[in-house]
Formats: sequence, C-alpha cells, structure tokens
Amino acid sequence: MATDTQLDLWEVFIQNKSGNHYMHAGSVHASDKKMAIQNARDTYTRRSEGSSIWVVPSAAIVASNPSDGDMLFDPSNDKIYRHPTFYIMPEGAKNI
Amino acid sequence: MEQVINIAANDLMSHAERFDAKIEEDKKIEPTEWMPEAYRKHLVRQISQHAHSEVIGMQPEGNWITRAPSLRAKQILLAKIQDEGGHGLYLYSAAETLGVSRAEMIEQLHLGKAKYSNIFNYPTLTWADIGAIGWLVDGAAIVNQVSLQRTSYGPYSRAMVRICKEESFHQRQGYEIMANMMKGIKEQREMAQDAMNRWWWPSLMMFGPHDSASPHFSDAFHWKIKRQSNDELRQKFIDKTVQQAEVIGLSIPDKNLKWNETRQHYDTGSIDWEEFYRVINGNGPCNKQRMQHHIKVHEEGMWVRDAAEAYKNKQNNKN
Repeated sequence: MATDTQLDLWEVFIQNKSGNHYMHAGSVHASDKKMAIQNARDTYTRRSEGSSIWVVPSAAIVASNPSDGDMLFDPSNDKIYRHPTFYIMPEGAKNI
Repeated sequence: MEQVINIAANDLMSHAERFDAKIEEDKKIEPTEWMPEAYRKHLVRQISQHAHSEVIGMQPEGNWITRAPSLRAKQILLAKIQDEGGHGLYLYSAAETLGVSRAEMIEQLHLGKAKYSNIFNYPTLTWADIGAIGWLVDGAAIVNQVSLQRTSYGPYSRAMVRICKEESFHQRQGYEIMANMMKGIKEQREMAQDAMNRWWWPSLMMFGPHDSASPHFSDAFHWKIKRQSNDELRQKFIDKTVQQAEVIGLSIPDKNLKWNETRQHYDTGSIDWEEFYRVINGNGPCNKQRMQHHIKVHEEGMWVRDAAEAYKNKQNNKN
C-alpha cells in the first residue's frame, strides 16, 4: 500500500445551464468542500460546460446494483396505465 | 461507494453468465457489478497506463512553454497541457472505480511496474516537435480513443467520450503549427520535415505490436475492452494522415509507402520493432528523465497534500 494519501474522493455533478438537471460528470480528489468545488471546476468545466456544480463525498453515495435492475424496477413494469398513451380518447377531441 | 444488498443474489443465472450475457448484448459493465477478476485486472492495467501516459505526456510539451514563439502559441500550449492533466484525472477516476487507489497507481508507476506510452520517451528538440506531437501523436491517440468510446466498461467509456471531445483541438493546433512552418522560410520547412521524420515511426508504434504478436489481444477482444485491433487502428491513422501531410507539402519518411488500389489502403515499410522494445524497456532517449521528474514533483508536492489534510482535520475538530 502506498504511503501518502491522495486526499478524499468526491463525486461531481454539473448543471450545464440554469434550469437543467445536475448530471454526474466524474470524480475528483480534495481535502475539503472548497477544494472539491475548485478541482471540479478545473477538471470538468474548462470549456464552460457548467453554470453550477455539486460535489458529494463519494462515501455518501448509495447505489443499486445494475444487475438487480430487473427485480428492482419490476413493480412498475406492469403499470402501463401510468402513461398517457394508455387511454383511448374519443374521436375528434382536441387539445388533450 | 456503498451498495445496497444484492437482491438478485439467489437468482438462477450465475454472476459469470450474467456478465457474459451483458458483454454479448453490448451493454456496459458498471463498477458495482460482478466482473471476472481477470477483466478487472486487465482494465486496471490498461486504464492506469493510459492515465500515466496523459500525465507523463505533459513533460515533453512543458519543455516549450517558456520558449513558445508567440503569446498566442503559449496560451494554446498551456491550455493543451492543462487538458492532458485533466485527461489523466478522468482516467485515474475511472480506474479507481475498479478498487485501486490513485496512490497505488502512482506507486506502481514509480516502481516501474506500470508503463506509460512509449512515445513520451522521445525528446522535443525544436518548436516543430510541438506541432508534430499535436498532429501525429495526438492524432494517433484520437484514432485509438475514438474506438475506445465503445469499450465495455462504463466509466472508461465515458472518460473516452469526454477526452475525444477535447482532443480534436489538440490535433488541429498541432497541424496548424506544421502548416504555418511549411509556409515559412527554408529553415522552417526543414525544421518541420525533420520533426516529421523523427515522430512518424514512433507514432505508428503507439498502436502497439502487430496483432499476431500482441500478448493481451484475445482477452481484450473477447470482453470488448478493445473494439478494433492494433493493426486496424494503425492503418486508419496512416490512411488519413498521408493526405494531410501532402496538403502542406511534408513527405512521409517511408520509401515503401504506396497506395494499394486493391486493398484501398496505404502499404507501408516495416516498423523497427527492435527500437520499440529497446525504448519500452527503458533505453529510450528520455526514459530516466521522465520518471525522475515525475518522482521529484510528486515528492515536492507532498507538503501541499499534508497541509490540506492537516487543515481538514483542524476543521473537523472544530465542529
């Protein structure tokens, strides 16, 4: 095991423009919040890719396993009535 | 990253079967999923080598920052080198998702157990070398990286997508340097041709040994880590670069280079693999210098990391 620390790991989320969702961009190493934001800026927004940044300690993220996807999302698979296209609209009805 | 209990653990399909099925269906493998140990090992080796290459690659170019011929050229070179550092970070992050720490990867590099691209063991003797690196070396890297965007490991693939977006500026700035020198005086044209002569063959070697001699070839293909072979990628690079050289009046230093009408590709002379192995085994012009410099900077930066840690601990104790 290497001796020196490379600081803590943070996950970076970037909002590309105001109003949009924050999207995961990658991760950075930093010792505190401020350094994490600055490193995220230097690493992931060198070409004005962002209007705002979130950083989260990687250890705080809880993830599902993609191979559990079938079972995890099964409850919603048979509920097609949650989609608007499920319903039959009367002929001629407009703006609905 | 913490993971919730694997609710499908008792499913009928074994881990290995599910992994193979995903690879078969061209789906990406994500960090939290089961993967064969050899797949993980192969990726750690390949991605860390790729990351080290980006970082070591900053050295030959950094050599010209203080001597760039104009302010414009200097700004561009600084931005390009900063990108290379960023690319190294994207790749180290991707490798870290496989359970290896950045400290371990750097240690492996310093111990000589991890490699970096052989091309960076050559010196940058003139300003034209900066043009040749951008155009040829980054050009070759792009051909490889475009193909790797389709690699089967999710974090590696996403890092490649980001890198490819940024690399095209690198190649164009290099080609612009070469084009401008070829429009200059006789000495400038000779300088550009000299850089071409020195960088052409090492650039072709960047794609690695011929398919028939590549040790990691079949596993990487089977797992879709690699999507195109060394020779296929090399041919792609040659075919598009020859035309670009012609446009600006540079000649390719290969007397056997010839368009093959039947194959619809260029035929080339043979690559001097003895030189390749001589350099990769530590006897290139700059191997020692590159590694010594990396170790020196790493050690000199230690106090900064220590100070950052000390500050963090102090802040944590306050709360």
